[in-house]
Amino acid sequence: MDIQSFFQDVLNAFQWGSFYALIALGYTLVYGVLLLINFAHGDIFMVGAYIGFFVATFLLGTYAVHLPFHLPHLVIFVLTLVITMILTAGVGVTLERVAYRPLRRKGAGRLYIVITALMAGLILENGNLALLGASRKAFPTLIHDTVYTVAGVSFTNIRIVVILAALAVFLFLETIVRKTKIGMAMRAISFDRVAVPLMGIPIDTVIVFTFILGSSMAALAGVLFVSAYPVLEPYMGAMIGWKAFIAAVVGGIGDIRGAFIGGFLLGFIEIFVAAVFPSTFRDLISFGILLIFLSLKPTGIFGVARAQKI
Amino acid sequence: MRHYLSLILYLAVCLLIVVTFQQNWLNPYIQIVMMFIGINVMLSSSLNLINGYMGEFSCGHAGFMAVGAYAASLLNMGLFTTTSVFGHSIFIGPRYAVFLFPVTLIIAGVAAALVGLLVAIPSFKTRGDYLAIITLAVNYIVKSSIENIQVIGGARGFMGMRQVVTAMTDMIDIPWLMIWILAFIGISIVALKRFVGSTYGKGVIAIRDDEIAAEIMSVNTQRVKLIAFMLSSGIAGIAGGLFAHVLGYINPGTFTIMKSTEIMVMVYLGGMGSLSGSVMSAILFTVMLEFLRPLQLFKWVLIPLLLIVLMLFRPEGLMGNRELTDVFPRLRRLFSSREY
Repeated sequence: MDIQSFFQDVLNAFQWGSFYALIALGYTLVYGVLLLINFAHGDIFMVGAYIGFFVATFLLGTYAVHLPFHLPHLVIFVLTLVITMILTAGVGVTLERVAYRPLRRKGAGRLYIVITALMAGLILENGNLALLGASRKAFPTLIHDTVYTVAGVSFTNIRIVVILAALAVFLFLETIVRKTKIGMAMRAISFDRVAVPLMGIPIDTVIVFTFILGSSMAALAGVLFVSAYPVLEPYMGAMIGWKAFIAAVVGGIGDIRGAFIGGFLLGFIEIFVAAVFPSTFRDLISFGILLIFLSLKPTGIFGVARAQKI
Repeated sequence: MRHYLSLILYLAVCLLIVVTFQQNWLNPYIQIVMMFIGINVMLSSSLNLINGYMGEFSCGHAGFMAVGAYAASLLNMGLFTTTSVFGHSIFIGPRYAVFLFPVTLIIAGVAAALVGLLVAIPSFKTRGDYLAIITLAVNYIVKSSIENIQVIGGARGFMGMRQVVTAMTDMIDIPWLMIWILAFIGISIVALKRFVGSTYGKGVIAIRDDEIAAEIMSVNTQRVKLIAFMLSSGIAGIAGGLFAHVLGYINPGTFTIMKSTEIMVMVYLGGMGSLSGSVMSAILFTVMLEFLRPLQLFKWVLIPLLLIVLMLFRPEGLMGNRELTDVFPRLRRLFSSREY
C-alpha cells in the first residue's frame, strides 16, 4: 500500500467512522441515563433519512406540491437538516412515551424494555416497508460534489461536512453533559436512579431530553448518510445500527468519548480490512477483532467496571 | 406406571403424528408447518436456558443454528450422496443414511457446541450488554465465514439435502424427518429439564440471581456457564441440522440477526425460565405466523405490536417463571415430578 492510498483510506475511514460515531452517540446517551439499550435507534436513523428525503423533496418542490418560491440548494440542505432533526426527535420522544415509559412506570425488568425496543425497531422497519413499498428511493443532490485533490488524496466537500459534523456534535454533547445543569442531571440519573428524584430533579424531563438529543443526532447522521450515499431503503438502519451499537460498547457504553472513539475505531477497522483483504472478509475480520478485544477488556475502552454490592 | 405417564403420553402423541404423516391425512403444507413447529420448540427451549434461566442476553442463537445446519448437511451430503462437491459418496452409500442420520445430527450438535465456546469463554469475564455484543459478533462471524467459504456455496447457499431424505425413505417408507424431529425434541427437552433440575441447573439459576454471591457460595460459575452455553448451542445446532433437511436448501442469509430475534421473541413470549412456556410459545408463534400470512408485509408490523402489548400488560410472558405444573397443580399429581 503506497502512502497516497493510505491517506485516502484514512480519510475514508474518518468519514465512515463519523456515521458510526454519530449513531453510537445516541445509543450511549440513552444507555448512560436509562441503562437501556435502545435497539430501535438504528431504525430511528432510517426514519431520519426518510424524513429528510420527504422534507428535501418537498422543499425542492418535486414532491406532492409545487412551492411558489425557489430556494438555493444550500438553504434547502440546512433547512432539511434542521426540520428533520426536529421531526425525528419527535419520533424518538413518541417511542419513549408510548413504549418505554409505561414499562418503566410498571417497574418492569430491563430485559423487557430491551425486547420492546427491538420490537419497536421491527415495527419501524416493516411499517415503512409496508407503507412506502420496497422500491428504493434516491435522495436528491443538495450539495454538488466537488472533488478536491490535495497531494493525490481526493476528497469531496460532503466528506468534509460529515467529519466536521461528527466533531461538532461530539464537542456539543461533551459540553452539554459536562457543563450544563441538565447534563449534570443526566449524569446523576445514571449514577443513582433512586436518589435523583428525591433531590427534586424531574427525571422524565431529563429522559425526554436525552431521547431528543439521541434521535436528532441519528437524524443528522441519516441525512448526511443519504447525502453521501443517496439510496434509501427500509433496512438501511438495521445493519449500521447494530454496528454502531457495537462501536458504542467497544468504546465503553455510557461514555460519550467512548462512543466517539469506538465509532472511529470500527470505521478504521472496516476500511482497512477492505483495503487489505477481499471486501467480503470485512465483517468477519472486524467482528473477530471486536470479539478478541472484548474478551481482553470486557468493559470497553472508557468503561469502568462498576463495583457490585452483594 | 405413573412414573412413566409423561413418556407414554409423549410417545402416543408422536405415534399419532407419525401415523397421520404416513397416511397423508394432512396436506404437505401442514406437515411442513408441523416440522417447523418442532424445530422452533427446540430452538426456543434451548435459548431459554441462556436468556431465561441464566439471565444473560444472547442475541446470536441463529449462528449456532447455522453451524449445525451446515455441519449436518455437509456430513450427510458427503457420506450418503454423490454430489459435484464431494464426488462419489465417501465409503458409505445411501443405504446407511437411515442408521447414521442421527449420528451426523449429533456431530453437528457437537460442532455447534464447540462454536458455542466462542461465547462461553468470554462469558467468564463479561456479563450483560457486553456479552450480548459478543453473541451478536459470533452470529456475524459465523454467517460471514460461511459466506466466504466458496466450496460450500458461499453466499449462494448449499442445497441437495433432499437426496438424503429420499435415501432414507427409499430404504423404509416412513416419514423419517418428522420422526427424527420428534425424537430430538424429546431428547433435548428431557436433557434441558434434567439439567435445570440438577445441581448445575441450580447453579445456573444462582448465577442469574447474583453471580458473585453464587461464586462465594461455591458454585463453580465458569464450569456451569461453559456447560450451559455448550448445551444450549448444541441443541440449537441439532435443530439447525434438522432445519436444513426440512428445507432442503440453506444459505447464510437465513441465519441472520432476524432469525435470532425470532427465537428470542419465542422465549420472551413464553416466559423466561419456563420450559413449558417456551414449548407453548414456539407452537403458538409458528402457528400465528402461518395464520397471519395473508396480511403479507403487515404481518411483521402486527407481530412486534402484539409483543409490545404483551410486554405492557404481561411483561413476564405467557407463563412467567412458572411451569405448566405450577399453573395447574392437578397435573403435578398426574405426572409426578417428571413432566415431558
